[in-house]
Amino acid sequence: MAGGADHGRMERWCWGAGSVVVIVYALIPVAWILSLSLKRSADLGDNRLFPQVVSLEHYAAVFRDPQFSAALWNSLGIAGISTLVAVLLGMFAAYAVVRLEFPGRRVILAAALSIAMFPPVSIIGPLFNIWRTVGLYDTWAGLILPYITFTLPLAIWILSAFFREIPWDLDKAARVDGATPLKAFVFVIAPLAAPAVFTAAILVFMFAWNDFLFAISLTSTNDARTVPAAIAFFTGSSRFQQPTGSIAAASVVVTLPIIIVVLIFQRRIVAGLTAGAVKG
Amino acid sequence: MSRRGSAERRLGLLLCAPAIIAMLLVTAYPMLYALWLSLFRYDLRFPDERLFIGIDNYLSVLSSAVWWQAMFNTLVITVGSVSLELVLGFVFALVMHRTLIGRRWVRTSLLLPYGIITVVAAMSWRFAFDPTTGFVNVLLGLDGAWLTERWSAFFVIIQTEIWKTTPFMALLLLAGLTLVPEDLLHAARVDGANARQRFFRVTLPLMRPVIGVALLFRTLDAFRIFDTVFVQTRGAQGTDTVSLVGYNALITRLNLGLGSAVSVLIFLCVLAIALLYIRGFGIDLTRRRKR
Repeated sequence: MAGGADHGRMERWCWGAGSVVVIVYALIPVAWILSLSLKRSADLGDNRLFPQVVSLEHYAAVFRDPQFSAALWNSLGIAGISTLVAVLLGMFAAYAVVRLEFPGRRVILAAALSIAMFPPVSIIGPLFNIWRTVGLYDTWAGLILPYITFTLPLAIWILSAFFREIPWDLDKAARVDGATPLKAFVFVIAPLAAPAVFTAAILVFMFAWNDFLFAISLTSTNDARTVPAAIAFFTGSSRFQQPTGSIAAASVVVTLPIIIVVLIFQRRIVAGLTAGAVKG
Repeated sequence: MSRRGSAERRLGLLLCAPAIIAMLLVTAYPMLYALWLSLFRYDLRFPDERLFIGIDNYLSVLSSAVWWQAMFNTLVITVGSVSLELVLGFVFALVMHRTLIGRRWVRTSLLLPYGIITVVAAMSWRFAFDPTTGFVNVLLGLDGAWLTERWSAFFVIIQTEIWKTTPFMALLLLAGLTLVPEDLLHAARVDGANARQRFFRVTLPLMRPVIGVALLFRTLDAFRIFDTVFVQTRGAQGTDTVSLVGYNALITRLNLGLGSAVSVLIFLCVLAIALLYIRGFGIDLTRRRKR
């Protein structure tokens, strides 16, 4: 069966070449924006894929810009708080859905699902109007509220998919062995549930970090404007020159943390992303 | 009902209440408010001229060329990106499923587009296609200002969407592929089915539910497209999408009445798409599979 072995090797090579193509395709825009951010201002128009001379001037400029530091702080704070609250509420709901017998279990999953499909653009007008009257316009809370709402479905979905796999009866076993309820929870249940909670938190944070529509509709100043909005509205030192270099540098700064998180937790992110769809 | 049962029910409702309230407060209530506002002539620049006008806002939206062009554009972008994503996503998923060496690398690099902020991705591709800064023209030996013409702008927008969201599709499909029993494929091979037959007759039918879910979410996502178009053309050159029309009416022009009518129409479209998919693919999303 020499032909069969040859065939197998050919096939392996093809799939290997395919992987390389996929990797290059996925990385090009990332590499491109990095390269752009490292070019000198004078070289920005040289149409080259790589910088000839590496310079950090755009990074220096971005961090001198008070608009960007404010946006970075806003983004971290708003996404962080949204994640905390959404995951906490999501945990309560997911625990109830998985562990308790009560009417309306399906209702909450269906509600979560409908909100996952809900078009945000349909409510920016009303929110804009309500937020202005109640004083939430251009504040952290004004963005945190919609982010919690729109990430809760994701949190509930992921957490209930993972919670279903946890052998909850282990805590009974621990208590038979003499552990107090608190000890059983801290040493048996919490470590089992932690990965799920962590996965949900990563994905919820990514969502809040990424949002653009609410960020530009419900904010107007540095008080609450987040990074995506700041990048889209960047103004250069002169009005006639597009601040390409600054935009690129800012983009790299806000992309780097995501890349690091993705590299470290890729297995969990993939599991979380596919949990709802495949396990149903 | 035993006492334990009713206590459990109370606890269940209590634990779910905060999530339900948080979800309804910021979606259901504003949506009803939008429905209400859409029946008024209500411009925030002239708040005193607020007047109940019934369905007049809907009539003016539905009879405007802007709305229908935006709807056409949105459908072009949705169909273009989702169909290509499905094909490409399948290829990527098969590559990840079949490669033995470097599988981790493929998966890691595919997660990057998913993780990157949409605005950043749109900027990166805008600069790449830009005639003064970009490398695309040089690479292809072309001399086009891509984003200044309608159809080439669509090309850039759709390709940005594809780059950003194919990974999501690919990962879902990969998860579906791992559910196809290897024995079944082997049996088909022994029975003389070639690669194409194995794919279309065995793999694809088994993956139908996963494909349905992936398509549903991606179609709705693509229909709501806003970030990429805003960054790349801001709706110029006739590339407006329905979300952009809604945003412009509501936030740029502060015309809450007319804008709310657009909002309600977009909501109805999303509802229609969701129902169509759920019917068409027989997706039962709330069912819990027992193993």
